[in-house]
Amino acid sequence: MKVNTMAEMMADGTTPEVLFWVGCAGSFDQRAQKITKAFATILDKAGVNYAILGKEEACTGDPARRAGNEFMFQMMAYQNIQTLNGYQIKKIVTTCPHCFNTLKNEYPALGGHYDVIHHTQFLQELIENGKIKFTDTNEWKGKQITYHDSCYLGRANDIYEAPRKVLESLDMELIEMKRCKSKGLCCGAGGAQMFKEEEKGDKRINTERADEAIAAQTSYVASACPFCNTMLTDGIKNRKEEVNTEVLDIAEIIAQAIQ
Amino acid sequence: MITSLALFLFSKKLLRIRSNILMGKDFSANDEPIARWKNVFLLALGQKKMFRNPMVAVLHLFVYVGFIVINIELLEIVIDGLLGTHRLFEPYLGASYTVLINIFEILALLVFIACVVFLVRRNTLKLKRFISKDLNGWPRSDANYILITEIVLMSLFLLMNACSIENNFIVSSQIQLYLKGMSAYELNLIEKTAWWLHIIGIYAFMNYLPYSKHLHILLAFPNAYYAPLAPKGMMHNMPAVQNEVIYAMHPELAPADAAAPSSFGAKDVMDLTWKNLMDAYSCTECGRCSAACPANSTGKLLSPRKIMMATRDRLEEVGKNSILNKGFKEDGKSLLNDYISVEELRACTTCNACVEECPVSISPLDIIIELRRSLIMEQSNAPQEWNGMFSNIENNFAPWKFAPDDRDAWTKQV
Repeated sequence: MKVNTMAEMMADGTTPEVLFWVGCAGSFDQRAQKITKAFATILDKAGVNYAILGKEEACTGDPARRAGNEFMFQMMAYQNIQTLNGYQIKKIVTTCPHCFNTLKNEYPALGGHYDVIHHTQFLQELIENGKIKFTDTNEWKGKQITYHDSCYLGRANDIYEAPRKVLESLDMELIEMKRCKSKGLCCGAGGAQMFKEEEKGDKRINTERADEAIAAQTSYVASACPFCNTMLTDGIKNRKEEVNTEVLDIAEIIAQAIQ
Repeated sequence: MITSLALFLFSKKLLRIRSNILMGKDFSANDEPIARWKNVFLLALGQKKMFRNPMVAVLHLFVYVGFIVINIELLEIVIDGLLGTHRLFEPYLGASYTVLINIFEILALLVFIACVVFLVRRNTLKLKRFISKDLNGWPRSDANYILITEIVLMSLFLLMNACSIENNFIVSSQIQLYLKGMSAYELNLIEKTAWWLHIIGIYAFMNYLPYSKHLHILLAFPNAYYAPLAPKGMMHNMPAVQNEVIYAMHPELAPADAAAPSSFGAKDVMDLTWKNLMDAYSCTECGRCSAACPANSTGKLLSPRKIMMATRDRLEEVGKNSILNKGFKEDGKSLLNDYISVEELRACTTCNACVEECPVSISPLDIIIELRRSLIMEQSNAPQEWNGMFSNIENNFAPWKFAPDDRDAWTKQV
């Protein structure tokens, strides 16, 4: 499978319909790379004409901005918007809710105007349009799963339904955690917490959330964010429940069912 | 005379609060009036967020509707007092007067019941947000005083009605049964006393409002109107920093007289926007934010409610200072560090749970972010790991130390 970069496409004189913004976690983190590969596979099989920025992609600046370092954020935003506008990008899909939020809500004020969607929304579209076809032996059918709402998809951008609709399209049985949707509990990674130790307290936030996920008693926990995925996986490991409860990104679940 | 004194003191205090709020930085929020009025109707008038807990929402609704509707009766009570009349509106309204007073009485009873339930709930159920140390001292008494005052006021209102023997209202007639043995003179005396206590109580309560956490009954409305309409995930842009970066990249664009901005982020209340400051006065310290906060509920020092209370306390202090010294005189203190610690700020995951929960459209997150900006950009105060993350982003274009050339390495494995 060939993954095209914008530079290659431009050299060929073609334009992709959508840019896949991979994000730093999706590019470098070993666990998140699996999500990236799964999503790229889906795009390929669904016949989507897409490209990535490749080495030209850089951090959106989200963690720097949320930590309080506006200078760093502005520098990264400036650089990315130059690149994106240079390629005249119109539509972006990303597997990271943090990149999604920044590209969609924060770049317009800096001159970067794009139609940005999250991969769960894109997957929902592809399924509804019949571009994604599942294998006849749908192994996910009837399996119980719980979905963890990412803060930057849910509360930050009111996206609660798309990920759930995608899971339902596989006829999975969705069991909600005690706190879900707008009341969903954070995994503990947002606001640049991913990159530092937690403050002193009684319990780690990801352990608290992992306990709620374990209490749902499903074999699978669906996530839609590479950071949530890491936090929940670690939390579940701390409770020694990793044999019973597996954390998977929605793209990975779809990739396993696709024809 | 008492009426005018009460109104005078009340408006004086409100004006002072207004001038305190206006110490905040300007920010414009007058776009999309239709969406903003919709928020006023849904969030303030309709109390949409309260219904996340229906049982409490219904009790709160009794108190709220009771408050508004019984204030209509207050008009008659005050005019009666001023003109020396007795139930002035009765002859004009005829039978509907009884219906009206019956509605008032039922509401008064519901307010009474709701406040008793709230008082018991607050003080006996060990709900985390009520026993939290955030409320130690004055805030805890404040909450109880408000509930007790409401209970007393409603009792006086009903007792007053019960003593007017010529009337037969739905709730007070039940109380009347216990007053049977009394003479007309005694009843008249009780009615008069209840009337006076009720009216003085109302005025006292009105003037207590601006000093208490209860100001939300007024400020919930403008606060809903000025609530941000953008998705909650969007952080405010800092055009000053944006320009600095543009000028660094394109020195030719920099105006000759470009002066660097005086400061970044917020160190003290004057650096926040007036909306942040109005938020502080709107907070009724219910603690729904802190109950939902992932950091607070796992035992971290951060409590969004405390952020709002600290902002208000500091603002009151700065306000008093400004009046005493005819303009703010440096007092060696600031919101950051003296009222809100670095440890609290660092624990925030920016998950927006506090913003989502707040029934009166407050954003503690906005204040946290502004203080964080000051910490990093003014004081270069960051944990080691964050400094590492910043330098990785700067040098490797990712928060981790990976070679930028490997960004597309995954494409070779598919």
